[in-house]
Amino acid sequence: MSYSNNNLEMNTGISYSHKRLKLKTRQNLFGWACLIPAVILIVAMSFYPMFKALILSFRTGIGAKMTWAGVNNYVRMFQDNVFMQALKNNFIYLIIQVPIMLILALVLACMLNDRNLRFKGLFRTAIFLPCATSLVSYAIIFRSLFAIDGFINVMLIKLGIFKTGYNFLAFPNSARAVIIIALIWRWTGYNMVFYLAGLQNIEYTIYEAAKIDGASSFQSFWKITVPLLKPTILLTAIMSTNGTLQLFDESVNLTNGGPANATITMSHYIYNMSFKYVPNFGYAAAMSYLILILVAILAFIQMKVGDKRD
Amino acid sequence: MIEKGKRIFEYVFLTIVSIISVFPLYWMFCAATNMSVDVIRGKLIPGTALLYNFKNLLTAQNVSGAMINSFKYSVTLTLISLCICSLAGYGFEIFHDKAKDTVMSILLLAMMVPFAATMIPLFQMFSKAGLLNSTIGFILPTISTPFLIMLFRQSARSFPHDIIEAARIDGLNELQIFYRMFIPTMRSTYAAAMTITFMNAWNNYLWPKVIMTNDQSITMPMLVANLTEGYVTDYGMLMLGVLLCTIPTIIIFFILQKSFAEGITGAVK
Repeated sequence: MSYSNNNLEMNTGISYSHKRLKLKTRQNLFGWACLIPAVILIVAMSFYPMFKALILSFRTGIGAKMTWAGVNNYVRMFQDNVFMQALKNNFIYLIIQVPIMLILALVLACMLNDRNLRFKGLFRTAIFLPCATSLVSYAIIFRSLFAIDGFINVMLIKLGIFKTGYNFLAFPNSARAVIIIALIWRWTGYNMVFYLAGLQNIEYTIYEAAKIDGASSFQSFWKITVPLLKPTILLTAIMSTNGTLQLFDESVNLTNGGPANATITMSHYIYNMSFKYVPNFGYAAAMSYLILILVAILAFIQMKVGDKRD
Repeated sequence: MIEKGKRIFEYVFLTIVSIISVFPLYWMFCAATNMSVDVIRGKLIPGTALLYNFKNLLTAQNVSGAMINSFKYSVTLTLISLCICSLAGYGFEIFHDKAKDTVMSILLLAMMVPFAATMIPLFQMFSKAGLLNSTIGFILPTISTPFLIMLFRQSARSFPHDIIEAARIDGLNELQIFYRMFIPTMRSTYAAAMTITFMNAWNNYLWPKVIMTNDQSITMPMLVANLTEGYVTDYGMLMLGVLLCTIPTIIIFFILQKSFAEGITGAVK
């Protein structure tokens, strides 16, 4: 009797854990089912095209008549003056615009993080507002503002600084400067929001303690804010680098790459090479791979540098 | 004394930066309501030529068509994208194990892939599949983004496991738990994700420029870009186009400013 009882208990025990196991597998399967649509889409829409672009970059020709080209496309790239100019432009934008923008965003975020500041919400909204405009829209607004008959020239003439309008967009350096100004205008508020979110995680009492200890606000900025915000600064630096290397809308709509390709960006040139001129997908794919490699290298360097200061 | 001077400097600095931030948009608004000649003269007060510019714009371009297209593409993308990415984020966090974490870190690599590198193969794939000039063609590459998945995964971390266990005991199946329990609790994350996805879809320019090859399928940013072609620029008309292209995103910005800010920073906390 007792034996059979035991047996029964054992049996139910097994069937119970068996049921549990089945439940666990079922939950696990549901977990995978949740991911599958998203994973398939990313694989099909990012990784697979990326792989195809790599193959394409070793081929040359038009349409279906493509032939193997080896590394010719990659060699050609470095002899192509327009592409070299585009590469240079991307780096000019990167080296000048990103640091100015990030420092400005950080300074503004620190100012707005001050508890005793009034009209905080108003300032924040105003500085963040440029983020609501599309890239095409703001590029066209800046192009119109800096046009030869645009608002900036009208004002400069009225103020007596210029006698006649200066065609900012007709000269390489001033055209690049306009693009940089426009980029800073559009993205400073965006980065500021990241810093404001990061600053919320820093205890406000640290600043008060530092003040009591006699630290100047400059010192508490460098000794408290910057080190504690390092992960956020790293993130914004990587994002901005990534974005700057992929600039397209501004180059197309603000300067149209001109004058004479002096402000063209790599993505703009790749677009032209694929869809505007006689399409050369192989060469365009090779150029796009250079962007991919640059993004990866720069992100890697930034992460290494970011880690070192610990 | 120094303290006070610093304060004044801060206010002056913030005011100047705020004015610079708002001014181009204010100028755009003034230009949209003035005749082109007045805009060139540097008039900085809203005028009365809005209807005149509107009439010119309507004759020059198919504004309503582009507006409808933009809304159609952006709304469809936002709805589908939110469903798929939130489900994935939920799955990655609630049922996480080693294998799923590995899959997630591989997906994150996709964030680094520049669009220029996938654009040409995507164009070839889509034109072969007959998806040029279609809504599906517009939305397919950006439905599933690592960014959104990460955003939902991060917020699912705060979703209490007790609720899930309780719901299971109450006899809800896994899918029911997701849409009856998770979605209502995560309303603010959904608002943030919606804002960011809609804005990105609305403002996207390169991809529609690649696949929208006929005039009936173009989006608002493409229409605005088309307005600048030609030798003489009608600033009134041009800026009205820019204004129309900006209004939907500005409205969303003001209504959902907080969740917009959460949206862009949320995934990194």
